[in-house]
Amino acid sequence: MALVYTEEQEMVRDSAKGFLAEKASVSVFRKMRDAADSLGWSRALWVEMAEMGWAGILVEEQYGGLDFGMTGAALILEEMGKNLTASPFLSSAVMASQVLRGASEAQKQAWLPKMVSGEAIIALALDEGIKHDPAGSQLQAEKLGNGYRLKGSKTYIIDGFEADGYLVLARTDGEAGDKEGLSLFLVDARAKGISTSSTKLLDSRNYAGAKFDNVEVSGGDLIGEAGKGLDALEPALNAGRIGLAAEMLGASAQCFESSMEYLKDRSQFGQKIGSFQGLQHRSAHLYCELELVRSAVIKAGQDFEASAEHSGMIASLAKAKSGEVAILAANEGVQMLGGIGMTDEHDMGLYMKRIRAAQELLGDYAFHANRFAKWRGF
Amino acid sequence: MDWEIIVGKSSSGIEFNMADLEQFQQETRDWLEENCPKAMRKPMRAESDACWGGRNFEFQSEDQRNWLKLMGEKGWTAPEWPSEYGGGGLSREQSKILKKEMARISARPPLQSFGIWMLGPALLKFGSEEQKKEYLPPIVRGEIRWCQGYSEPGAGSDLASLQTRCEDKGDHYLINGQKVWTSYADRADWIFCLVRTNREARKHLGISFVLFDMASKGVSTKPITLISGKSPFCETFFDDVKVPKENLVGTLDRGWDIAKYLLTHEREMIGGSGGSAFGARGLGEVAVSALGADDDGQLSDTALRAKIATAELDGWAFLLTMERTKDEAKAGQGIGARSSMLKYYGTELNKRRFELMMASKGLSALEWEGEASNEGELPRAWLRTKGNSIEGGTSEVQLNIISKRILGLPDPKVV
Repeated sequence: MALVYTEEQEMVRDSAKGFLAEKASVSVFRKMRDAADSLGWSRALWVEMAEMGWAGILVEEQYGGLDFGMTGAALILEEMGKNLTASPFLSSAVMASQVLRGASEAQKQAWLPKMVSGEAIIALALDEGIKHDPAGSQLQAEKLGNGYRLKGSKTYIIDGFEADGYLVLARTDGEAGDKEGLSLFLVDARAKGISTSSTKLLDSRNYAGAKFDNVEVSGGDLIGEAGKGLDALEPALNAGRIGLAAEMLGASAQCFESSMEYLKDRSQFGQKIGSFQGLQHRSAHLYCELELVRSAVIKAGQDFEASAEHSGMIASLAKAKSGEVAILAANEGVQMLGGIGMTDEHDMGLYMKRIRAAQELLGDYAFHANRFAKWRGF
Repeated sequence: MDWEIIVGKSSSGIEFNMADLEQFQQETRDWLEENCPKAMRKPMRAESDACWGGRNFEFQSEDQRNWLKLMGEKGWTAPEWPSEYGGGGLSREQSKILKKEMARISARPPLQSFGIWMLGPALLKFGSEEQKKEYLPPIVRGEIRWCQGYSEPGAGSDLASLQTRCEDKGDHYLINGQKVWTSYADRADWIFCLVRTNREARKHLGISFVLFDMASKGVSTKPITLISGKSPFCETFFDDVKVPKENLVGTLDRGWDIAKYLLTHEREMIGGSGGSAFGARGLGEVAVSALGADDDGQLSDTALRAKIATAELDGWAFLLTMERTKDEAKAGQGIGARSSMLKYYGTELNKRRFELMMASKGLSALEWEGEASNEGELPRAWLRTKGNSIEGGTSEVQLNIISKRILGLPDPKVV
């Protein structure tokens, strides 16, 4: 398949560009940050995005979605990355929707229409430690009649504060580190025994810690088969990693564009600083790296569309490469802007903070380089 | 009906549909089956297996000679060139089919040729009708082998400052000067050469593009030995070489336009070498087989493993970028200055890959002679990669081009 966007995909990008410029630009994000809003995103804006079809962009048509494909979703995330738009698009529309593809009819009926309309969002409660490690989950799911009882806690849940439902990765068998024995439950946030607290990270987005104190769930709340939770999760993780890679591509592209504008505008020693070869060569190198990231992101989207389960290797390539280059783009951005880049008044720092978070979420460079190496047989 | 959708247009203007393409594929398969000699159906093992053609080429075998002859007659050594100049006259889609069918039986390329890769595209764009008729068919048939006279001792990165003098002597040109880094000058039949025809004009506007026979009186060559050992490079000397005036290509003093066009081509070719090292075996696999793995099949040397993983990630992303650039060119977005990106990144990546290859093979990578090392194949190849980021425009020149042409950064102030 040619590594270019289709006309339909370009149209989605254009409409995202227009919408975000008007409703969710960096200044909107900055205001939200200054207001220290604990939700970290706007419900009204999310409903508007849902009206554009975004909340259901990866949901099957019979449940009201567009089933448009990952490449299109990645393009929206890229534009969100450029604008630093905060929304539950990645957590709920991109990731949770993938898990729900493997859910029972009753679960789909109960959740998908509400998700597609923007009324409800579902967050994935996966990690328990300070590095991304789903297989390391210890949260217990004890058998209780036909159902289970969940005991334990999750940390750094993306968009987990005030979410309407949680996909909880719990251990029904084995011990921390085992790939088998994990099960995935879809739990209503109002279930008795769940308590959450907001976790404030440097990027001012919505994160939560959650305690599950003997939360009773039924067998019908299980997604897929008991013990096969990581398999059920794989498409969602791939989607999330490709999504973050796309978001970071947008954020880095924006850092790069601002840097280039500044290099053409700022004068020192009686000339534009962009005429200095010391800065030109670093800029040209960064340009090349960004082109490599775009190729990986496009390929990852296409691979995901061909097979969500088997897109892991290129998803890891995209996440690793995009994270690495995004850090470079942010660092170069602040350095090339000089003093002004260090001020809170300039947006560059906001991008740097978001990029630092996005490259850590769902696995950092080392995590994905390691996975990639295993796939490549070393 | 769906299958009648027009999918391609040949350079001769004939339109093809899906059904025609299927028929073409079958015919191509049959023809190759019948005509490709068995000995030509295995990959080349070494540079010495390559067929370069030309007046003095010593064929390795009758099969090699026949394979070139048959493919040349069909024009399939240059599949997409118009048939009136001896080319195959194939559409892009047909040409892809031919490539695929050749790969299916592991057929060797019948001909390696600077004529096909470089001079041909330039003549098709800038040459006169007479020049196309005269020079292109012998290139297709592999009868004339060409070399490229660009760099000079005093004109490397600053190629446009070249000084080889070309004087108008009324009924002929007279050429005096020296070229360097001329690949296979000692084996080529003809040269396409940049010469200075105007010493008054600004340096880019006094250069012309001329063709002449390397057997002309006054031409001599001297091979250059590199740090990697023997090389195809030569120094080439012109001492009162007489050249017919009709051998000028394009407009007098405007040869730089042709040179720039060809440099773009060359960059894409060299940049592509970042991909060639991938082959069937990845770096990781090479390292595992040389150094061993732990119980999980992971390379035991974890620091080396991390470095290789990074190089492999970059390698994959780069290969995808080459693919995407081609796809975009097909979609009409053009490559332009982005060939500088491929050249820069591909050659730098290749250097990194060979460093890691050397590390993976440890002390055995240092063996310079003997059968075990195939006469030092790896260390020589490693040394040779150091030239990739110099030839065809240094990495620094590529970064300058990207800064100026793509990023639009201002020119440095000349002090």
